[in-house]
Amino acid sequence: MTTTLVIGLDGQETGDRALAFAKDLASTIKDCELLVAYVIEWSPYSFQTAEENALRHGRKEAEISTAHERIVDPAVKALTEAGLNARGVVRHGDVADTLNQICEENGGQQIIVCRASAGGFAKRIFGSSTANLVMSATVPVTVIA
Amino acid sequence: MNVFTKASLALPCVLMTLPVHAQEALSLDERVNQTFAEITGPFVSLIFAPLPGTSFPWIVMWLVVAATVFTLYFSFVQLRFFSHAISLVKGDYSDPKDAGEVSHFQALATALSGTVGLGNIAGVAVAVGIGGPGATFWMILAGLLGMASKFTECTLGVKYRNEYEDGSVSGGPMYYLSKGFAERGLPGGKILAVLFSIFCILGALGGGNMFQANQAHAQIAGIVGDYPGWITGLVFAAVVFAVIVGGIKSIARVTEKVVPFMGVLYVGAALIIILVNYDKIGWAFGQIFEGAFTGLGVAGGFVGALIQGFKRAAFSNEAGVGSAAIAHSAVRTKEPITEGFVSLLEPLIDTVVICTMTALVIIISGQLISDPETGLYVLDGGAIATVDGNSGVALTSAAFGSAIGWFPYLLALAVILFAFSTMISWSYYGLKAWTYLFGEGKGSELTFKIIFCIFIVIGAAASLGPVIDFSDAAIFAMAVVNITGLYFLMSIVRAELKSYSDRLATGEIRKFAH
Repeated sequence: MTTTLVIGLDGQETGDRALAFAKDLASTIKDCELLVAYVIEWSPYSFQTAEENALRHGRKEAEISTAHERIVDPAVKALTEAGLNARGVVRHGDVADTLNQICEENGGQQIIVCRASAGGFAKRIFGSSTANLVMSATVPVTVIA
Repeated sequence: MNVFTKASLALPCVLMTLPVHAQEALSLDERVNQTFAEITGPFVSLIFAPLPGTSFPWIVMWLVVAATVFTLYFSFVQLRFFSHAISLVKGDYSDPKDAGEVSHFQALATALSGTVGLGNIAGVAVAVGIGGPGATFWMILAGLLGMASKFTECTLGVKYRNEYEDGSVSGGPMYYLSKGFAERGLPGGKILAVLFSIFCILGALGGGNMFQANQAHAQIAGIVGDYPGWITGLVFAAVVFAVIVGGIKSIARVTEKVVPFMGVLYVGAALIIILVNYDKIGWAFGQIFEGAFTGLGVAGGFVGALIQGFKRAAFSNEAGVGSAAIAHSAVRTKEPITEGFVSLLEPLIDTVVICTMTALVIIISGQLISDPETGLYVLDGGAIATVDGNSGVALTSAAFGSAIGWFPYLLALAVILFAFSTMISWSYYGLKAWTYLFGEGKGSELTFKIIFCIFIVIGAAASLGPVIDFSDAAIFAMAVVNITGLYFLMSIVRAELKSYSDRLATGEIRKFAH
């Protein structure tokens, strides 16, 4: 049975460490699929101008395309070139909820993320995405320092 | 150079020559005001002409009849689908795969940012100041009936919107009038669409621009002291120009985030004042109900109260005007009618809740002077005499200030932000109408945006009378065309409603697991 590991990237350099860890783990497991996921933070309850709304669909497509181009596809390419089975996915939504959702939809056994770079006031009020994921995930979560 | 470019270039020239034709002794503000009143007078008179043999403006009757017809035609849709509308806004029926698209909540919030504003603060003060507390009753009734008008137009707005290859959308009455009429094989849709677009541009320049600039200036002048309105106008025009022409979206984003906060703060302050004066709540509602049917001495009696209530409600929530259909059309949904359900919450929030709060604070604070012996309100000219002779936004400010001393300063900030937010929204509505008429393109869009900014200066410089009259006239002119079209297209909405209701009942449409 193929083991699926979900790697959550945040577009920061720390993501490389998460990828490296996942690569090592996958090599050990052998029959393993790596699912590289990037979630664009988005809330259906945010406020936008009428013009932003009118252009939203096009911008969503552009954001997904950019995320694939700059973050996900290079990571998938690097993993594939290393002889691993990998594919990528980009979604919009709450980072913690969406990563867990992606994992559930794809039968993932584990989520691997790097430590959140967010801090300060916002973190104290809302908590970081990583902390929220650890608290709410339905599968084991590995947080790379 | 096409005719429209010439017109846009000619406009500033006309404005520059205004002083030459005016009397030497008049200030710049007075000259702009006088010329403005002369130019817009005939248009205003036509829109507000009374029904033969009465003093009842035909346009008010037009809106009330339409809202009543839609309410009956859709069997009180505003009551039957109220809880479903709340579920839609909460996202219960939103497909998780549509994450990143415009949600029902966002479409509603954007539309509300264009309507909640000065109409709720200054407009209500005008209604209560002239029509007395009784105007509040008719305002609430107009808000409740108007929910059905909003439902009809916003459903059509989504159904007949244009979706372009780049993913952008354009919707609104101009699209459903032309496409809907063509689909039903009816003639004249294109003509109505063009007429609507013309009035929408005028409405954007009037209620969506000059009225906002005018009241914002009045609020600032009330705090820092009197100074020429064109100065405020120039500052506002520069900031709006920076956003809509310069593309400085950060200003708009900050405003869009601060405005809801201001709205909550405003309602919160009103609630506190009402609760602190809980012993007067019963009396205030008594004044509202009694005034609704007797007038309590206001000019025109109960008819005067009714006219003011309906006029201000329509100007505040814009039900039947068609502007909301432009804002709501960007939502991501496979079911156009769902946005109709969501949109019917707009008049409820705007008029039934926020406007009523303002009216209650004005009544409870005792700003309106009444004769203790007769219980009737004392008139000063055509309006009710107030403690400090205030009217419009100054009356609301004084009412809040009598309970919370520092609130007028916060209100001034709220008025400025509301005015700015409404201008940004209406610049978009006007632009959509403009591009419908003259085509998409940078040159065409820039022309409209420059005209829009020029009118900010005119609005800030003109006195309240001519500006508010023109604002009303332009907004109501949109309603004339829009509602005519809605009568011909409402059967399409009813078919959508039946189909959706049936599928909802059978469980074909159900909530998504989130």
